[in-house]
Amino acid sequence: MSYVDVSAADIAPADALSPRARRRRLLRRRIARRPFAVAGFFVALAFALAAILAPWIAPYSASTQDYNAILAHASRDHWFGTDELGRDILSRIIWGARASIVAGVLATMLAMAIALPIGLVAGYYRGWIDSVISRVTDVLLAFPFLILAVGLAVILGPSLMNATIALGLGAAPGLIRVTRGETLALREEDYVRAAVANGAGDATILFRHIVPNMTSTLLVQITVTIPAAIIGEAVLSFLGLGVQPPTPSWGVMLADAQSYLSLAPRLAVYPGVAIFLCALAYNLLGDGLRDVLDPRTTR
Amino acid sequence: MSDTLLEVRDLSVRFVTDDGATQAVDRFSFSLAPGEVLGIVGESGCGKSVTMMSLLRLLPETAAVTGEAVFQGNDLLSAPPAALRRVRGREISFVFQEPMTSLNPAFTVGRQIAEVLQKHLGLSRAEARRRAIELLDLVRIPAPERRLDEYPHQLSGGMRQRVMIAIALACDPKILIADEPTTALDVTIQAGILDLMRDIRNRLGTAIVLITHNLGVVADIADRVVVMYAGRKAEEAPVHELFAHPQHPYTIGLLGAIPRRGADRLQEIPGLVPALAAPLPHCAFAPRCPRADDLSRTQVPELREIRPAHLVACFHPGT
Repeated sequence: MSYVDVSAADIAPADALSPRARRRRLLRRRIARRPFAVAGFFVALAFALAAILAPWIAPYSASTQDYNAILAHASRDHWFGTDELGRDILSRIIWGARASIVAGVLATMLAMAIALPIGLVAGYYRGWIDSVISRVTDVLLAFPFLILAVGLAVILGPSLMNATIALGLGAAPGLIRVTRGETLALREEDYVRAAVANGAGDATILFRHIVPNMTSTLLVQITVTIPAAIIGEAVLSFLGLGVQPPTPSWGVMLADAQSYLSLAPRLAVYPGVAIFLCALAYNLLGDGLRDVLDPRTTR
Repeated sequence: MSDTLLEVRDLSVRFVTDDGATQAVDRFSFSLAPGEVLGIVGESGCGKSVTMMSLLRLLPETAAVTGEAVFQGNDLLSAPPAALRRVRGREISFVFQEPMTSLNPAFTVGRQIAEVLQKHLGLSRAEARRRAIELLDLVRIPAPERRLDEYPHQLSGGMRQRVMIAIALACDPKILIADEPTTALDVTIQAGILDLMRDIRNRLGTAIVLITHNLGVVADIADRVVVMYAGRKAEEAPVHELFAHPQHPYTIGLLGAIPRRGADRLQEIPGLVPALAAPLPHCAFAPRCPRADDLSRTQVPELREIRPAHLVACFHPGT
């Protein structure tokens, strides 16, 4: 017997609920069916909180040196051990989350701020302006994201802010292509045609009919770009193009760990795991959001 | 002609693309009186929708439109874009064929109705909401206060088409152009929508142009009918006259294709509407016409008034 189990309690309150409440409940159910996405959300949230609350939750400051514990193993005082200068690794991981989250979020916001208007203009007006924009983005897309970001960071000079700008600029071409493609598709929708017939101007069409209907696509792009930018920040800092020592960053920690790799591999393992977990969490969150927000997934 | 709301003269529409040119409408004229229901009938591809869309310049840039369409003293075809936007949705509004996809899925239907009201009539949010409830009530949607906060995907096709009509009527337009408003709906819903449109004309005095390929729909609601074939007017007559005394062989063919009690087989018109690269130098229907002769294969028949208010473009008219 394979009847779908629908008890009276499932049906009866549905009619009593307002449309808004019913939608919220459906959304909650869809989310609850995706444990990985929920886990990703909480891990991503934990990293974000660690970055914000670093001064209160980190056991030590990022530069406090314990001369009695140089390259020490994990102990009660230093849960993850200490590095070659006697600095507490756990504290540096927590403080380092700041650089990662700042770079990840700000670079993504910058990329969006650049890509959304350009992609909209290209996709909506088409013609010569689209040709120019598309050819330029094609050229930029020929460079891998990290190569582009490294090149830009070299030009801008090493600092966290410049690394963030470089990552934002580097991520923009891909986002331009996505927004352009979405705009091209959405401008042909019947409701856009109907809006034109009802006297809507370009601004109304763009911001009431096109942008709102690509929010789910954009949201997914954002959650894919954030981990890419987090990894990018680590790479740039590792190469000395991002956060400068002694400010902690996972990339800087990895770079410093190189000289002690045979002596104390944990110096590389902890920041490596942090980068991995943080990027994975945002990716899982993004996948989950895409599934939840995509109207084609019905369950 | 003081009693004319819209006067269209010699409208021609030509699509020029890289693949060649298509003559969609060829010197088409018609007029519309206030409160009149005009049916425009023809097979798919004969230029009905293109004609109506060209009036509000809703066609893509590849369309070259000539002629004039005078509405309240202004030619819509040469009006500046800003003036045109004030006519669209305010004076002349459209209801499209696809109710399933003609509403923006990102907003509640209430906001979409309110948007038009706020834009064209400058109503406040609260006023617009109140008016939106009235409109949903007008188009006979039950529990309008509740439906207002629902998203399009929560409504059925018939319900959505009613919402589209509510949006079209929001600013109390002079003309409602309905492009196959019932084609995508099932038969029982169709009757309801047609009934609603008739009611709207009677109560609000809105002139309606109904584009359809269904003569049954026209018989139900229209005052006057224009039969279009291959971008030209084939026949025009008051609805009873047309059904009682159809003159053009194409009209007769269309009437033969209506299901009737007692008829064993539907008569079809052989062949398809031709896609034209240029205006034909002869009667466009000749290749499919049982009455075609050398005359209709070499010359274009002009419209003639063969009975009062009954125009036919045929060398061999007759029932």
